[in-house]
Amino acid sequence: MEFAFYFASGAAVVATLRVISASNPVHALLYLVISLLAVAMCFFSLGAPFAGALEIIVYAGAIMVLFVFVVMMLNLGPAVAQQERAWLRPGVWVGPSLLAAALLAQLLYVLFGEPSNATLAATSVGPKEVGIALFGPYLLAVELASLLLLGALVAAYHLGRHEAKE
Amino acid sequence: MSWLTPELIAVIVQVLKAIVILLVVVVAGALLSFVERRLLGLWQDRYGPNRVGPFGLFQLAADMLKMFFKEDWTPPFVDKPIFTLAPVVAMSSLLIAFAVVPVTPTWGVADLNIGLLFFFAMAGLTVYAVLFAGWSSNNKFALLGSLRASAQTVSYEVFLGLSLMGIVAQVGSFNMRDIVEYQQQHLWFIIPQFLGFATFFIAGVAVTHRHPFDQPEAEQELADGYHIEYAGMKWGMFFVGEYIGIVLVSALLTTLFFGGWHGPFLETLPWLSFFWFALKTGFFIMVFILLRASIPRPRYDQVMAFSWKFCLPLTLINLLVTGALVLAAQ
Repeated sequence: MEFAFYFASGAAVVATLRVISASNPVHALLYLVISLLAVAMCFFSLGAPFAGALEIIVYAGAIMVLFVFVVMMLNLGPAVAQQERAWLRPGVWVGPSLLAAALLAQLLYVLFGEPSNATLAATSVGPKEVGIALFGPYLLAVELASLLLLGALVAAYHLGRHEAKE
Repeated sequence: MSWLTPELIAVIVQVLKAIVILLVVVVAGALLSFVERRLLGLWQDRYGPNRVGPFGLFQLAADMLKMFFKEDWTPPFVDKPIFTLAPVVAMSSLLIAFAVVPVTPTWGVADLNIGLLFFFAMAGLTVYAVLFAGWSSNNKFALLGSLRASAQTVSYEVFLGLSLMGIVAQVGSFNMRDIVEYQQQHLWFIIPQFLGFATFFIAGVAVTHRHPFDQPEAEQELADGYHIEYAGMKWGMFFVGEYIGIVLVSALLTTLFFGGWHGPFLETLPWLSFFWFALKTGFFIMVFILLRASIPRPRYDQVMAFSWKFCLPLTLINLLVTGALVLAAQ
């Protein structure tokens, strides 16, 4: 399981790097899908298959489809890829890379300064445990999230209606 | 032979079983192209392919020879990596989902405790095949086809998941084997979950892009939609992928609503379990083909309105009632 975890997280890191550096927007979205699938694999190897499956269904299967849908509608040609390449000059990378490297150094210090020595995937969290946790201690968060979604739904309905009238 | 431990033998046997299931599904998918044309001929009062071999049985071999030796032409204006990747996704995603289907008590590839969710995940990924095929082809008709496909996917995927939640609530598990065992002790789910069956069947037809949900590849107005630029084996993978989808959805309908491998005389003749499974799955494959033979194609805004305004409320009501009954029974 340890090998699966490191393999999947390595794939996730490489795919995410390509999301940022790819000049073609549809290729970047494809790498983002791969990155989400790799994160789902990380969840599987950490003993949370339910979270992994939901990651694929919700993010890779539904949200990314909308992203790809919109980008496809924009009909971006080679000119956009050219423009993107011009924007991604090496000089642009320096500032963000330094900041990200500082954060990475901090993360590595915390991880390796005090190793917890806990084993990977010691317990497997099934759908039932997730459901009990969501409707037990985290009930308030679930209710707040559903209120937020209801608000978004009403707003989307309003926007769609307005457009239909015109 | 000290390295041949019992554990290793068990692993090898499981791998062999998985390979056999894989081959059977792919061969069944390929054979369906012949079966479908013969059955369509029967229902439309014509012969269908009946020239190659007895009853046209070798038509499949002729078709495969043609497909293998056709020039695999990649147009110069396409986005090459994605153009090549799309048919692979089309064929493999639903094939992988077959891993969670329990064929008989002893046969089956993966016994996942999130079995149903794994199917939803793979069904969600199949849409990328159509999307990327349409986009990378750089062709108006292909792009229109894949836009329709994504609009259709977003509409039906919501109630595809909800239609099966009644079963999950009653069984209390996402595991496919648990669902089959539950049906052995109680009724087959076709009776208590009839609304779930009806909506899942509609969503299942939409997953495979089959008639009457084949707007993404409508011949009349889109000239075959998203796979218009494909030729040779790449087109063949889309073609076989569609039939694998039919086999998968039929097997799922059997497993979830018609008791899986259960049937009479199983106590005396255990090998009949595969026969019952194949018989029920074959019946649903026939229904798929009969649908194509008999129903006209609706407009695609009608398909979307039907799924949002009719099927989604129906599945929600079904889930509410099932939940109330499960609570009352406790």
